[in-house]
Amino acid sequence: MLDFVQQLVSGIALGCVYGLIALGFVLVYKATEVVNFAQGDLMMLGGFFAFTFIGMLGLNYWLGFAGAVAAMAAFGMLAERVVVRPILGYPQFSIIMATIGLGYFLRSVVGMIWGTDDFKIETPFSDGVLRIGSLVLAYDKLSVIAATIILCALLYLFFNRTTLGTAMRASSENMLAAYYMGIPVKRVVSIVWAISAAVATAAGVLLAPITFIHSNVGLVLGLKAFPAAVLGGFGSIPGAVVGGVLIGVIESMAGFYLPQGWKDVAPYIVLLVVLLLKPEGLFGVHTRKKV
Amino acid sequence: MRFLFKTDYEDDIKLFPHSGYYVSYGILIAFLLIAPFVLSSYLVSQLVFVCIYATVGVGLMILTGFTGQASLGHAAFLAIGAYTAAYLQQYNVPFPVYFLAGGLLTGVVGALVGFPALRLTGIYLVIATISFAFIVEEVLARWESVTHGNEGMRVKTLSLFGQAVPQNGPTFYYLCLAVLVLTIVGTLNLLRSPTGRAFVAIRDSETAARSMGVNVSLYKVKSFAISAAITGLAGVLFAHKLSFISPEMFTLQLSIEFIIVILIGGAFSLHGAVLGAIFLVMIDPFLTYLKDDLPGIISGLAATFGADSVTAGKVHSNVAAIASANGLKGAIYGVIIVLFVLFEPLGLYGRWLKIKLFFQLFPLYKRATFKRQKIYVKSERNR
Repeated sequence: MLDFVQQLVSGIALGCVYGLIALGFVLVYKATEVVNFAQGDLMMLGGFFAFTFIGMLGLNYWLGFAGAVAAMAAFGMLAERVVVRPILGYPQFSIIMATIGLGYFLRSVVGMIWGTDDFKIETPFSDGVLRIGSLVLAYDKLSVIAATIILCALLYLFFNRTTLGTAMRASSENMLAAYYMGIPVKRVVSIVWAISAAVATAAGVLLAPITFIHSNVGLVLGLKAFPAAVLGGFGSIPGAVVGGVLIGVIESMAGFYLPQGWKDVAPYIVLLVVLLLKPEGLFGVHTRKKV
Repeated sequence: MRFLFKTDYEDDIKLFPHSGYYVSYGILIAFLLIAPFVLSSYLVSQLVFVCIYATVGVGLMILTGFTGQASLGHAAFLAIGAYTAAYLQQYNVPFPVYFLAGGLLTGVVGALVGFPALRLTGIYLVIATISFAFIVEEVLARWESVTHGNEGMRVKTLSLFGQAVPQNGPTFYYLCLAVLVLTIVGTLNLLRSPTGRAFVAIRDSETAARSMGVNVSLYKVKSFAISAAITGLAGVLFAHKLSFISPEMFTLQLSIEFIIVILIGGAFSLHGAVLGAIFLVMIDPFLTYLKDDLPGIISGLAATFGADSVTAGKVHSNVAAIASANGLKGAIYGVIIVLFVLFEPLGLYGRWLKIKLFFQLFPLYKRATFKRQKIYVKSERNR
């Protein structure tokens, strides 16, 4: 039983990381219907920025964190301006390819600048554990869970309660109509990319004590976060986190109870089954034209 | 200018619309046939890869380019073909049999993937195919009695009618070329048949296709099966070319490369698959060449424009350092993909069409002819 709870908690923590990255996917998708395959790589880059500020320049953790988030928000805007804006309005497949290209570029440039070693950031949560009875919970994992809940709540409120959030949802439905209604669509898209890059950075920094940062971490985790976003129904903020947690728990349970090898495939099998039964994901909106 | 007069439907679906085609394709075929005698063995070996990638490209083109179903799982189909070949070869099954068996088995698997894919569109389909590819990769790594797991499998030299066909010899090149040409001709014939027109109809509008009486589900599954089968055939050749296969060769990276093939070539015509394959395979030797010669060229240029020998030497070493940096290839890949999506969305074949049209219409060419329309109302939600 204790094993089960322990696995559950570590699965939830892992899942929250996936959920955080998936949040970035969902944000961009929700506001622009663009699927950003470079999301994981933005997270990786954010982690490296934080490493530079904290590990190399020796800034205070929180200061470095904030610096990295600000720098990455600017970078997200830049990426949007250069890569995405010229092809908005073209078929989705073009945009997917462009972001895949962006991901390639980021991975390789980061590899050239920082090298291909593993890096670690010292955080206030790096060591220390919380003991509840005989249950042992590491602070770094708890910090990820807490941050995910906070970010998810903030973003949910932002999208559903603020004018800017409503403007974002409107421009996702129909950019042209939104533009006619006086919504500055270009600026909205730009802001969304900034927010999603900032969320990705938060994920990258929180993750640093758990999985180290290296130039391929974005690819590896991005590929797990992607099913998380799909499982929850692309375009649903709570869905992304629920999907992430599900994937994380399935992965850690499969790693513990099933023979070796199931750990990596189990999330994908579950995903395929869910897509078969509910093609629009768990929280997706079902819309279909009848002929 | 040439005017093509079409008086009936037979004229419209001709494979060779006018006599000029015989000349240009004749010259191309002649060049490809004498290639092993004039090119270095390294380049011929690259040409074999071009043929294999182009075959996969044609398969993927049927699915993505003509039926409009994106797939990031084609590496898995390639793997199934390759492993079928390696497995059957152990039991001394002759090449023609396991070649066809590889295609057939992959086709069946493709159809099985096609069924769940019926309900999925767009991004959900992409992720479903990625998941499928991951599962296949893991199965290959774990099903040790058949696939030898992560140790991989050695593939013996191909033997055809009692003759050994080494994977570096010209005969193997001819074999791959023959497979590619037959695939292309077969696909062209498929595309001008009712099946092919149904594929294109589904790509352009599923709703419209359905209301015209096209059985969308049936044709989608067919498209998946045909596309997978062609990829499986290429997989058999791939296994022989590499003479060793293991699960980590068939990763998402490879699937992305296949997508790059049709994207860079131009995802609306079979020419694109071939041009894209040439581009993707030949970029490697080109980059190597660049790495070796670029520092010399640039420092030479600097010297010509009046830099003294010390500066020229510095330029030389700096450029050499950049050119040999680790992972430069990935960055160049990324930049190429982005540039193609931004500036040449119709790919290399689209560029060729533009150049051709420019000369055909000489003073009257309009740039707007190839302009794509932007659609700001996202239709993917209520399809």
